[in-house]
Amino acid sequence: MIEQSMMQQPLDDGFPRRDFLFIATGTVAAAGTALAVWPLIHSMNPAADILAVSKTEVDLGPIEVGQRITVVWRGKPIFVDHRSPERIAQARADDKAELIDPQLDSERVQKDEWLIVIGICTHLGCIPLGQRTGDSRGDYGGWFCPCHGSHYDTSGRIRKGPAPKNLVIPPYTFTKNTTIKIG
Amino acid sequence: MSHSTKEFSNPVIRWIEYRLPIFSFIDSSVGTGYPTPRNLNYWWNFGSLAGVVLVIMILTGVMLAANYTANVGYAFESVERIMRDVNYGWLLRYLHSNGSSMFFIIVYIHMFRGLYFGSYKAPRELLWILGVFIILAMMATAFMGYVLPWGQMSFWGATVITNLFSAIPLIGESIVTWLWGGFSVANPTLNRFFAWHYLLPFILFALVFIHLWALHVHKSNNPLGIDAKGAGDMIPFHPYYTIKDTFGMGVFMIIYLSFVFFAPDFFGEPDNYIKANPMVTPPEIVPEWYFLPFYAILRAITFNIFFIPAKLIGVIAMFSSILILLFLPWLDRCKVRSARFRPLYKQFFWIFVLDTLILGYVGANPPQGLFIPIGQAATAYYFAHFLIIIPLLGVLEKTKPLPESISAAVTESGTSGKENG
Repeated sequence: MIEQSMMQQPLDDGFPRRDFLFIATGTVAAAGTALAVWPLIHSMNPAADILAVSKTEVDLGPIEVGQRITVVWRGKPIFVDHRSPERIAQARADDKAELIDPQLDSERVQKDEWLIVIGICTHLGCIPLGQRTGDSRGDYGGWFCPCHGSHYDTSGRIRKGPAPKNLVIPPYTFTKNTTIKIG
Repeated sequence: MSHSTKEFSNPVIRWIEYRLPIFSFIDSSVGTGYPTPRNLNYWWNFGSLAGVVLVIMILTGVMLAANYTANVGYAFESVERIMRDVNYGWLLRYLHSNGSSMFFIIVYIHMFRGLYFGSYKAPRELLWILGVFIILAMMATAFMGYVLPWGQMSFWGATVITNLFSAIPLIGESIVTWLWGGFSVANPTLNRFFAWHYLLPFILFALVFIHLWALHVHKSNNPLGIDAKGAGDMIPFHPYYTIKDTFGMGVFMIIYLSFVFFAPDFFGEPDNYIKANPMVTPPEIVPEWYFLPFYAILRAITFNIFFIPAKLIGVIAMFSSILILLFLPWLDRCKVRSARFRPLYKQFFWIFVLDTLILGYVGANPPQGLFIPIGQAATAYYFAHFLIIIPLLGVLEKTKPLPESISAAVTESGTSGKENG
C-alpha cells in the first residue's frame, strides 16, 4: 500500500496521512459513541430523589427485650432485634459451629443486645419470617426464608439452605444511647 | 425471497405492483406462489398460530395500555378499574393474560415439533437460532408483563428474577440496582418494565419477520424430513395451507376462549389479587407455569462447585438450559432429520418431553423432601439429553431407510416431480 502510494503520489500527501486520519476519526467516533451511550445507561441508575431519601433514624427505646421490629430503609425492611441474654449466648456459642459464611457474632453487632440486619434473604431477595410472634424462626432460632428454605441463626448468619451469605448488616451509627441512624 | 411472476388483472393493483411489488411479495410468501411440502401434518399449524396470537396480544395490549397507569400508587387500582369500569375491559385483560399462556403452549409445541422432526438441521440452523431468540424475547416480555398488575406475585416474582443478576461476580449488585433504578423493586422499576413490555413485542415482531424470511429460503421441513425433489412434492400454500391453518385456528379459538370465558383465572395465582407489599413475602413464590421447568433447574443447584457458589451455578444452569438450544444443530450429527426414521431418537425424544414435564411439576412444588433429588435428577437428564445422548445417537444410531421422495411416500403411485408438473 505505502510503496504503491509513493509511486503514484508525492510523499507528503501519501496514504500514511490518510491512514492516520482514518484511525483518528474512527477513534473519536468510537469514543464519542461510548460517551453518548453513557447517559442512556446511567439514566437507569437511581435518580437524585431516590438517593436523597436514603437515611432513616430509629428510636430503640420502646423495643422490649426479646422483641423484634421492622423498619424501612431505602424501600428495604431492616430487622431490629433486641436480643435477650440467652440469644446472645446462643449466637456466641454458634461462633464455633460450622458456618457457610464464617463471621463472629461480635463482628456483626455494635452493641450485643442490638442485632440490626437488612431483612432480605441473600438468596433471591425474599423477606425471611421470624419478625412476628408465631412465625417460623427456622432450625437455628433466627429467621427462616420460606421461598427456598434458608435458615438463619440468632446472629443472622446463614446456616442451612441455598443462600450464600449472612443477612447483610446495613451501615448504621448510634447517635444516642438508644437511637440509631441507618445509612 | 423469490417473487412469483403472477399477473394481476386489476388495474389499480397493476399500477401499485409496477412501483412496489407488494402483491407478488404477498403471493410468494403466503399465496399461490409459495410452494409448500404436500405432506405437512397438524403439528405444522403452530407456527402460524403463534403469529395469530402475537397479533392478538399486541392488539389487546395496546388497548389495555390506554387504561393502565404505571405507578405503584395506581397500577393495581387501574387494573381493577379495567376489570370493572372500562367497557369490555375484563375481556381485553383476560384475552391478554390467557393469551400469554396460549402463546407459550403454542410455541413450546412448535419447538418440540422442530425437535421431533429435526427441523433445526441444515440448512435451517439459522431459522432455529432465530427461534431461540424469539423464545428469549417472549420470556422477557412475559416476565415484565406479569409485573404490571402490581400484585404480590408481580412484585415478588420481579424481586426474585431481578435478583438472579446479583449472582454475577463483582458487578452483580450494581447491575441489580441499575435494573431497579433504586434499592428495591419500586416505582422506577414498574415504570421501565411498562415501557419495555410495550417495546419488546415489536422487536419480537421483527424477529418473527426474519424467522419467516429464513423459513422461506429453504421452505418448511416436513414429517418425513427429506428434501423436496420436485414440483410433485409441493403444493401451493394458498389455498391448501391457508385453509388448514384457518381450521386449526378455529379449534384453537375454542380452547382459548373457553379459558377466557369460563376459567379466566385458571393459569393465574390468587396471590396476585393482593396488592404488592414490599414488607411481606407470600408463603410461596411460584412463577407462571411456563417458567416452571426453568425455575426447577434454577433451584436444583443446592451445592457449591469448588469456589463457585450454588446461586451462581443455578443461574448459569437456568440460562444454559435455553441457550444450549443454540448449539443443537451442531450437537446432533445425524443426517436424518425426522424421528420417524430414527427409532432410538424417537424414544429419547419422548423421555425428554417427560423430563421437561417432571421439571415443571417440581418447579411448582416447594423445594423440600423428594422434590430436591427429583429436580436434580431431571436437571441432570435435561443437559445429558443435549450433551451426551444426542451426540452419541448421531454416531451410533442405525437409521431406517428414507423414502425416495415425499410424493413416493404419501401417494400410492407417486413418483417425484412427475405429476402436477
